Amino acid sequence: MWSDALNAPRARDGKAPDVLHQGGWVEMREYRDTEEVDFVIVGTGAGGGTLAARLAEQGFSVVAMDAGGWFRPIEEFASDETAQEMIYWNDHRVTDGANPLTMGGNNSGKAIGGSTVHYAMVALRFRPEWFKSRTLLGYGADWPIDWREMWHWYAEAERQLSIAGPLSYPWGPKRGRYPFRAHELNGAAKLLAEGAQKTGIEWTETPLATLSAPYRDANGTSPPCVYRGFCRFGCSTNAKRSSLTVFIPRALAAGAEVRDLAMVGKIETGPDGRATGVHYHRDGEWRFQKAKNVIVAGYAVETPRLLLNSANDRFPDGLANSSGLVGKNLMTQSNSAVWGRMDTPVRSYKGPPSLAISEHWNYDDNNDFHGGYLWLGQGPMPIEWAGVLTGAKGLWGDALREEMRDYNHMVGVKMVGETLPNEANRVTLADDVDQYGLKVARITFSYGDNDKAMIDHALQQMRASIDAVDASDIFDQPDDNCHLGGTIRMGDDPTTSVVNADGRSWDIPNLWVCDGSLFPTVGGVNPSLTIYALALRMADRIGEMSKRGELYRCRM
Amino acid sequence: MAEKPSFPGYDTMARRDTQSWNEPTRQAIDARLSVPREPRFFTVEEWDCADALCQLIIPGVIDPPLVALLDAALHDGDGHGTRTQTVPYRREAWRQGVNALDSCARGSHGKPFAQLGKDDQSALLETIQRGEPTAGQWGAMEPQDFFKRCVLGDIPALFYSLPQAWNEIGFGGPASPRGYVRLELGHRDPWEAAEVGPDGDSDTVERKNRHVV
Ligand SMILES: Cc1cc2nc3c(=O)[nH]c(=O)nc-3n(C[C@H](O)[C@H](O)[C@H](O)COP(=O)(O)OP(=O)(O)OC[C@H]3O[C@@H](n4cnc5c(N)ncnc54)[C@H](O)[C@@H]3O)c2cc1C
Ligand code: SF4
Repeated sequence: MWSDALNAPRARDGKAPDVLHQGGWVEMREYRDTEEVDFVIVGTGAGGGTLAARLAEQGFSVVAMDAGGWFRPIEEFASDETAQEMIYWNDHRVTDGANPLTMGGNNSGKAIGGSTVHYAMVALRFRPEWFKSRTLLGYGADWPIDWREMWHWYAEAERQLSIAGPLSYPWGPKRGRYPFRAHELNGAAKLLAEGAQKTGIEWTETPLATLSAPYRDANGTSPPCVYRGFCRFGCSTNAKRSSLTVFIPRALAAGAEVRDLAMVGKIETGPDGRATGVHYHRDGEWRFQKAKNVIVAGYAVETPRLLLNSANDRFPDGLANSSGLVGKNLMTQSNSAVWGRMDTPVRSYKGPPSLAISEHWNYDDNNDFHGGYLWLGQGPMPIEWAGVLTGAKGLWGDALREEMRDYNHMVGVKMVGETLPNEANRVTLADDVDQYGLKVARITFSYGDNDKAMIDHALQQMRASIDAVDASDIFDQPDDNCHLGGTIRMGDDPTTSVVNADGRSWDIPNLWVCDGSLFPTVGGVNPSLTIYALALRMADRIGEMSKRGELYRCRM
Repeated sequence: MAEKPSFPGYDTMARRDTQSWNEPTRQAIDARLSVPREPRFFTVEEWDCADALCQLIIPGVIDPPLVALLDAALHDGDGHGTRTQTVPYRREAWRQGVNALDSCARGSHGKPFAQLGKDDQSALLETIQRGEPTAGQWGAMEPQDFFKRCVLGDIPALFYSLPQAWNEIGFGGPASPRGYVRLELGHRDPWEAAEVGPDGDSDTVERKNRHVV
């Protein structure tokens, strides 16, 4: 194995990998396990990495841990679908329900930087009404945060991530200019645009978290995107703006300690019912880090799993679970697609896969289903494409090999669709244990009638768009799911939510959650920008609360 | 239907020492092409059955044989770490699956799967794919789900991880640090596969494909 990032922890002895420099190391502050740090953060993805940086920058003592390895993309990432499996969460899990979710590379990362190491960088804001979908649109649950407040944090996240986007965005309330200019469209994006124009709906260049011009700050430089197309398998040039390349370097510079290959197995609580720290596995042994506050940011499956696995005599149903809602209301986003064949080679493997977008159906309420969806241009790599043909058409043998030869000619659009919260869709504990001896997550999911009606509508609309560009051999890929959300609902009422608007547990005031599991509803857009924005907001709120003395034994 | 695209003379490996391949990619592909060609996960009998299965799913001469890549993948790890109610974790599923296939073949033809003729092998797979009953012992595993998740989920993925497969479909292959410059529909970077038709006649294309470095 060319990368030893998974053999032994790299962040130790006062230094950590410098992801922005080949072979580089940066100084890292370290804390003893017995030192009661202000915050221990579990997970370093969109939520955890962002929070680690912003809390450390305000002067808090922070230790962030991640079960995954610490890679330096520019010297360790191959341009290869198989070799890059090392950045996915492929530990054991159980899936069931009527529509067992596909897990792994399509929705779960395991690395310093979390799933943002291999995300497709689509950086979108929610539609404002979705923050009050119950009140305004009649479905789901209201968020405890006003859209205008989120608008501020979205802009902040876009600035800090140097999002490259269009001059003006066609949908929703006015927003400022994106910090970087939009990327050039590839063939697949041009066809999405043509399809939209011919069917009379709007489209635009997708706002993306990859650089369209060089970037430099105190921590180092990043080059613009070279359109190599392997984004979902890790970006080997560092053009991608992620928790790994943006927030982790900032966290280190501000004095946070970040521990790689550190799997948290249990959160401990004290006699007063407060969290006292975390048990974690690193370097072959179990250790205990003391902390004044624990923040869980492990994403929608691992976060509830950890809270449930932390059950003790005082909290027999798991931590923060007086509402009984920990693990419930798991949502995914439907990810069905329509494909067709063009006479001209499209070579959609070039460039970020989703350079063009239509959010038309997110802003139309005249449908017989609740919620919305968008669609994005696609650029499947060969193994993914083989998966589409075997999955959607059941092909094998000569039929598969022949049809694969059309690879360069294929074009497709893929939805990201809202699914509605439903308590029966949930994360619980299975009896199987993982390599650390911890009970694994059981993930139960079934689409509801509303979800299915939306998928049918989307397939029809996407078909029309692909048909409009004169593609031939058009076919549907009806079954696919992507991003996750829910399981630790945020809200205004302790009986109907697990945490409040600040991600703070109603039951245990020094236990917090900051990741995609907070979402009361997932909307019809990719989630990462909303998670970044929530984390920025939460860090700011924690700073204020600390000044007012509202944090448990922790005051700046 | 239009004739299938062809890319005469195209060899992804010609770019191995160019700006399109970085060191981790070279190491990953080198390791893949030099995978051990003997069983480490499977028993010899299981290997023979899995080998026959691989050759049915992706027919033709393939080097290294896909069964070697499958055995190596299962030897090195447990793959995509989810199990469902009907298909166990990958290692267990594959071991059960090939033994079940053999038991089907023995049940209906009195000999192991690998010794059946191609037609009988294909007929058995089609039966399984359609979800119809077989003569074998599958235990708690659902044959149709095993076929979908493991057989179709894993074997094609092994083939399309090989440069040989990329040549066949005209995929640009590894692309870092150089990436691509010509994104426009139908435009081709000089280091991408040329296709007969859009990029010229057979001779022209073959000449272009000799210079994709
Ligand atoms: C292939 C792919 C493409 C995507 N594309 C997009 C896109 O284009 N746009 C978009 O907005 N979103 C996209 N997403 C989704 C986005 O990446 C996630 O929604 C987002 O990263 C979730 O952030 P998070 O902080 O909740 O969790 P993550 O980013 O997943 O981070 C969680 C981290 O916690 C760690 N962890 C979990 N449990 C423990 C534990 N017990 N101990 C220690 N560490 C632990 C994990 O190892 C992981 O690193 C994509 C995701 C994938 C997988
Ligand atoms: S296309 Fe751009 S963002 Fe994607 S992997 Fe390549 S350089 Fe990185």
